[in-house]
Amino acid sequence: MSEHTEQVEHITGATTISFVTVWIVLLVLTGVEILLAYEQVPLHIMLTALIGLSVVKAALIIAYFMHLKFEKLSLFLTLFPMLMLCIILMLIFMPDSMRSLTMRPQ
Amino acid sequence: MNEAKTATLPGVWQGGGSPYAVGSKKLGMWLFIISDALTFSALLMAYTYLRLSTPNWPTPFHFSPSIIFSSVMTFCLLSSSLTMVMGVHAMNHGNRKATVGWILATMAGGLTFVILHATEWKHLIVDEHVTPFGNEWGVPLFGGTFFTLTGLHMTHVIIGVIYLGIIAFAVGRNKFKAEDVEVSGLYWHFVDLVWMFIFPLVYLMSAKI
Repeated sequence: MSEHTEQVEHITGATTISFVTVWIVLLVLTGVEILLAYEQVPLHIMLTALIGLSVVKAALIIAYFMHLKFEKLSLFLTLFPMLMLCIILMLIFMPDSMRSLTMRPQ
Repeated sequence: MNEAKTATLPGVWQGGGSPYAVGSKKLGMWLFIISDALTFSALLMAYTYLRLSTPNWPTPFHFSPSIIFSSVMTFCLLSSSLTMVMGVHAMNHGNRKATVGWILATMAGGLTFVILHATEWKHLIVDEHVTPFGNEWGVPLFGGTFFTLTGLHMTHVIIGVIYLGIIAFAVGRNKFKAEDVEVSGLYWHFVDLVWMFIFPLVYLMSAKI
């Protein structure tokens, strides 16, 4: 009995229909990405669009499939700012890659 | 039991409150996922950096068959994420038999992904002569970054399939709780999530019609 109440308490927000909806949206977004590759759009537009779409897809997976939308906000606030900060710190090196291209001995 | 727990629970300032309201296993998996996300982002950044600083980076993936092939792989992983979430849902409702079925479907999706990926690797290594140390286009870093990134991801998928196998076996024998299935689900979705970055950045950005 007590176990039962514990389980019911656990299921919040997400339903089977919402899972299927998220899955379909993810497939459509992937389709858009593949279409971009097929159309051979300019590289910088392509990169921006792909990163944007990937972030949206990642957010959908994290929010619905990984259930984070229905967890306490404190869990999200502990995990993600740290991740973002580390990724931004890594990005600091990125402009150097263009520099090393021009420094290459001819 | 539930009532007794609430009755003896001290207040938040006495250390009674659970700041994240999740079990220790789930919090542990989340912390692992964050650290693993950093490993993968470091590798993706290394790949981007090397690609930007290398002239004439090869774009060897023809739309047909390579991109179509990897799109099917993406479909397998995405669908296995759906079956996994259905498995977690069934387990939350106490339906162990359905849970085992959904987890087995998830494992099938993962295995298909691994087999397709291995075929792709074989094609690259045998037909296109790409190795982690060299290739015919004179850009050895292409193979180095490609095999490191996809190899680490494939390792995660293989470990995930084994992990899910253990979970399915135990759930079928009336062991493990709903949380254990949910934690394995978190890992599986993370593996899917990483592919959502590797697929566009490594495959679609190197597509050639």
